Amino acid sequence: MTSYTAYQTGEPIADTKAPAGPIEERWDRRRFTAKLVNPANRRKHTVIVVGTGLAGGSAGATLAEQGYHVVQFCYQDSPRRAHSIAAQGGVNAAKNYRNDGDSIHRLFYDTVKGGDFRARESNVRRLAQVSVEIIDQCVAQGVPFAREYGGLLDTRSFGGVQVSRTFYARGQTGQQLLLGAYQALSRQIAAGNVEMHARTEMLDLVVVDGRARGIVARDLVTGEISTHFADAVVLASGGYGNVFYLSTNAKNSNATAIWRAHRRGAHFANPCFTQIHPTCIPRSGDHQSKLTLMSESLRNDGRIWVPKAKGDTRAPGRIPEDERDYYLERIYPSFGNLVPRDIASRAAKNVCDEGRGVGPGGQGVYLDFADAIARMGRDKVAEKYGNLFEMYERITAEDPYEVPMRIYPAIHYTMGGLWVDYDLQTTVPGLFAIGEANFSDHGANRLGASALMQGLADGYFVLPSTINDYLARHPHDTVDPQHPSVTEAVEGVTARLEKLLSIDGDRTPDSFHRELGELLWDDCGMARNATGLRKALERIPELRDEFWRRVKVPGGGEELNQSLEKANRIADYFELAELMCLDALHREESCGGHFREESQTPDGEAARDDDRFSYVAAWEFRGTGAAPVLHKEQLVFEYVHPTQRSYA
Amino acid sequence: MQGVLPTVGVMALATRTGRRPSTLATLWRSTVGKKTVMAVTGVIMLLYLVAHMLGNLKIFFGSTEFNGYAYWLRTIGEPALHYSWFLWIVRVVLVAAVVFHGVAAYQLSRRDLGARPTAYAHRRPRAGYATRTMRWGGIILALFIVWHLLDLTTLTVNPRGEAGHPYQNVVADFRNWYADAIYIVAMLALGLHIRHGLWSAAQTLGANSARRDAALKFTANALALVLTAGFVAVPVSVMTGVVS
Amino acid sequence: MRLTLRIWRQRGPEQPGTMTAYEVDGISEDMSFLEMLDTLNERLILDGDEPVAFDHDCREGICGACGMVINGQAHGPERTTTCQLHMRHFSDGDTIDIEPWRAAAFPVVKDLVVDRSAFDRIIGSGGYVTAPTGSAPEAHATPVPKPVADTAFEHAECIGCGACVAACPNGSAMLFTSAKVVHLNVLPQGAPERESRVLDMVGTMDAEGFGGCTNTGECAVACPKGIPLQSIATMNREFLRAARRAPR
Ligand SMILES: Cc1cc2nc3c(=O)[nH]c(=O)nc-3n(C[C@H](O)[C@H](O)[C@H](O)COP(=O)(O)OP(=O)(O)OC[C@H]3O[C@@H](n4cnc5c(N)ncnc54)[C@H](O)[C@@H]3O)c2cc1C
Ligand code: HEM
Ligand code: HEM
Ligand code: SF4
Ligand code: F3S
Ligand code: FES
Repeated sequence: MTSYTAYQTGEPIADTKAPAGPIEERWDRRRFTAKLVNPANRRKHTVIVVGTGLAGGSAGATLAEQGYHVVQFCYQDSPRRAHSIAAQGGVNAAKNYRNDGDSIHRLFYDTVKGGDFRARESNVRRLAQVSVEIIDQCVAQGVPFAREYGGLLDTRSFGGVQVSRTFYARGQTGQQLLLGAYQALSRQIAAGNVEMHARTEMLDLVVVDGRARGIVARDLVTGEISTHFADAVVLASGGYGNVFYLSTNAKNSNATAIWRAHRRGAHFANPCFTQIHPTCIPRSGDHQSKLTLMSESLRNDGRIWVPKAKGDTRAPGRIPEDERDYYLERIYPSFGNLVPRDIASRAAKNVCDEGRGVGPGGQGVYLDFADAIARMGRDKVAEKYGNLFEMYERITAEDPYEVPMRIYPAIHYTMGGLWVDYDLQTTVPGLFAIGEANFSDHGANRLGASALMQGLADGYFVLPSTINDYLARHPHDTVDPQHPSVTEAVEGVTARLEKLLSIDGDRTPDSFHRELGELLWDDCGMARNATGLRKALERIPELRDEFWRRVKVPGGGEELNQSLEKANRIADYFELAELMCLDALHREESCGGHFREESQTPDGEAARDDDRFSYVAAWEFRGTGAAPVLHKEQLVFEYVHPTQRSYA
Repeated sequence: MQGVLPTVGVMALATRTGRRPSTLATLWRSTVGKKTVMAVTGVIMLLYLVAHMLGNLKIFFGSTEFNGYAYWLRTIGEPALHYSWFLWIVRVVLVAAVVFHGVAAYQLSRRDLGARPTAYAHRRPRAGYATRTMRWGGIILALFIVWHLLDLTTLTVNPRGEAGHPYQNVVADFRNWYADAIYIVAMLALGLHIRHGLWSAAQTLGANSARRDAALKFTANALALVLTAGFVAVPVSVMTGVVS
Repeated sequence: MRLTLRIWRQRGPEQPGTMTAYEVDGISEDMSFLEMLDTLNERLILDGDEPVAFDHDCREGICGACGMVINGQAHGPERTTTCQLHMRHFSDGDTIDIEPWRAAAFPVVKDLVVDRSAFDRIIGSGGYVTAPTGSAPEAHATPVPKPVADTAFEHAECIGCGACVAACPNGSAMLFTSAKVVHLNVLPQGAPERESRVLDMVGTMDAEGFGGCTNTGECAVACPKGIPLQSIATMNREFLRAARRAPR
């Protein structure tokens, strides 16, 4: 065992920006106490935004509208292709249009509870409050949400809640919301307020005199390494689920931006909080390059079951009703198929582990629409889910109108991320993190349709208010491009790329990524235990060494080189994976998406340990392979009192 | 890009606050507007051809009626208009239509060819025949129009060429195999041109919609067929001796 | 199965390119087309060759990043994106030709990767509703009849992949542009900028070097999202209306 597990616990950290007082007033108060930048002076301030997803796109557009000069980056060829585009199901908002008892407080309550009491109350309360404005904003931009015949907005319900507060645009909500933000951003690009660098990847953060002042980036087409300076840097680079290789994330989503920031001093919070989504298409073979999500909204109308008997290989249609086990409805009668994701995923794993799984390798459960088709008719089902059914059929060559879908859990979302305070500022002054890149609002488990809400809340409303305060307190000055911190960062990036190109080994970058992913899925996936995690912690450094000895990256650095891009991202995954395992090992409780086999109730549910673990684990980087330092942010619950989550 | 791709000027960009050019300039300078010019001139020519075909069919009622009809054409509008003024108005409109249609077609075609400089190595049959032959069909029609005017209007190349006796001129004409060939080829080109062109014009002018699409295609096919058949009937009946 | 691939290889924008043949074996029917290319690339790397560059990201048919002309058809034989095309639509022993999108406005960057940034500039010139953050009225203040909302949605589905341009013999971006014009122009939220939107977007489209539309209809056949050909007619109508009425 390396000394990596012998970490130290450092000073506790506190969120110093959240005002005290009644929770309903905190956000208004913070906005009032925050200093403002005179509109005439904003043009002088440059803000770098890395990422053009829901968080980055909305932030870039809004900051530019406010008058700041924005310099923005994404690795895709167009800001419109950010991973957010793939979100299917919907976006939550406490509008209570259904008159079903919803309110800001209930959304707040549901989110804290859904996160298994590992999120910060003041943040979540603000999220619920802002959610209402998000819908207004998006409708004004022309986002074509689903509507009723009366012309008003339609909603549906999602896992973990009993109200209908999810706004949607068929199965393409993320696409429509992102296009709204992208269009607003495009308007600012055309107006010259945003300088957009597509196909450009941030490879390091530049910290000058203790403040984040810029980034080092690589032009993915020419390979040119460039520096960009600003008064503040915002990371909106998304989550790190792809560390598992197989996940529902876009293939190129990666952790490099946040990991490089972490190495430069930004604490990384709760890295082990990863979400496994219960409804994904099972993998069909070793060639599989990614997993496809089937929206959670399907659980509104589909019923999940497996055969009661082990090893029942009959076709689903031949299994009579009384030999089917609708296990979610059985175990959780009041939420049924709509239990939160962590619970649904684990239940699926359990029945498969019992040998009752279906499909190749027994790694699947049925999601059956026969009842829904009988009840509402095929047309209605097609209208609601048509595109998802088509996608399923395309991938599996099975028609879900006729045969039940087969689904299995897959890595989907990462609750962990860079630690941020109430202002969304990381521990590096001037470095902000928004959207999935930060850890802020979802605790140990995110509710469906809440990531889009958080990304847009951060980007449209929260960051544009709080960043003013920072900018107002740091009068504009320029960075000396010859500053040693700058040259050091550029040289570091160049050296690393040259190293990758020069190894010329005998294994492809992907082969390492696959191996790391399998390791993580086995030992730090749906269920974790100390033995497995320790094993992984031994294996990861070995694999990392092997990577730096044996990887083969063809081509050169001064051209479009997708292998080089990959290898460079994978190099960071090794370090991140190690931290995830350490975090999972240290958190000896089960909570939300983090299930420690040692910590469960007699009937197999996650058992939290609030006395010992009611804190955010924020890790400080101390060098590759060196033990990081743990900083705890104690969580205080004044409004939603921790209880054992129950969805029975 | 402007250098590479000829003719269609570039509309001022980012004009939210700036002055916009006039409606006509807006139309002529954009691909969409220029295409409208083609559609409108195409429809004008089409209307003329419908009338022209109906007129031509009078040939089956004999020389007196046909020549009388030609004479009548020149007296339309009298006494308000002078002798043959109406015909001249029609000619001016038609010449303008042909010129605008042709110039627009030329400019747009050059631009379109330039916008796809590299062909695919793997070729595969594309859109329908009528759609693919619009440019060639147009060229055939242009050549035909010149020939036709020299033949039956100025009578320069007509074997008989007797002013005021169109019936006899036409019959003399179609006794020659090459005149028949020229006319029939041109008429087939015309049919194809209209088959795609009429529907296309509706699309260009924004008159198409999901509901109307099938009806428009049917009308275009029917009209193409009727016009071709109507025009071809004349040379064919001269050749077969039905008209002499 | 075993396949012969003939792939367009081109090192950079200025370099010449050629079709190069490769054999791949052991391809499973369940693979997506891109997974098949992944397999080839893994082998090329180990052989010391350069892997084939192609754009992709979501691999779910929604980001619009992927796209190649397969046997002369944009996105291949099925009406979907390249990433959602599966190898079961090919047979053992097939020869498959793979080429990049071809259009003057989409210059080749490398191999199968092209530069589609012209699309972004078309959107930037008018494909939005001017609604700065914070200025929005209550969402229910303007009801939108369901059929109108549905029409808007169907056009908003465009993923900006560029297959329409690749399929069009004129390299025209009419379908892409019209999808956005129709999406926004039918909605009450889009009405105030109705005229300037269509004039500016068409202006940019022309300026970017796309060809004109001769109503060939290939675009709508290739479009993985089923944007209807009639949306071009609607845009033409909007354009003519705007050309008449736009305030000067
Ligand atoms: C299949 C799927 C379905 C989902 N469905 C839902 C849903 O229905 N409801 C819901 O609420 N949530 C859903 N989610 C979650 C949600 O989509 C994401 O959490 C959210 O979109 C993240 O947005 P983001 O703006 O933080 O980041 P992203 O959208 O991931 O954007 C990241 C951006 O950062 C850029 N970037 C990253 N690294 C770099 C770098 N180094 N240099 C330059 N640029 C960089 C990328 O180019 C990109 O523009 C879903 C997720 C998946 C995978
Ligand atoms: C001068 C000779 C002609 C030339 C060079 C010519 C050429 C063309 C071309 C290149 C097109 C566009 C092709 C396309 O849209 O696919 C076109 C369209 C058209 N032509 Fe002609 N043509 C000629 C004569 C005619 C005649 C005599 C008619 C009358 C019937 C006609 C009617 C049309 C119509 C209706 C269209 C469709 C316009 C549109 O798509 O908006 N053309 N022509
Ligand atoms: C077999 C078919 C046709 C026959 C027999 C025919 C016959 C004639 C005759 C006899 C005239 C002279 C009329 C006059 O001077 O009084 C004429 C004129 C003309 N025809 Fe045709 N025509 C035919 C097809 C066409 C077609 C296909 C076109 C167009 C594409 C066309 C266009 C014209 C034009 C423009 C004139 C000149 C009108 C004028 O200025 O007098 N014709 N035609
Ligand atoms: S219109 Fe269709 S083919 Fe064209 S970019 Fe949009 S989705 Fe792709
Ligand atoms: S294929 Fe091209 S010509 Fe028009 S109808 Fe489509 S843009
Ligand atoms: S990779 Fe996103 S659409 Fe194909």
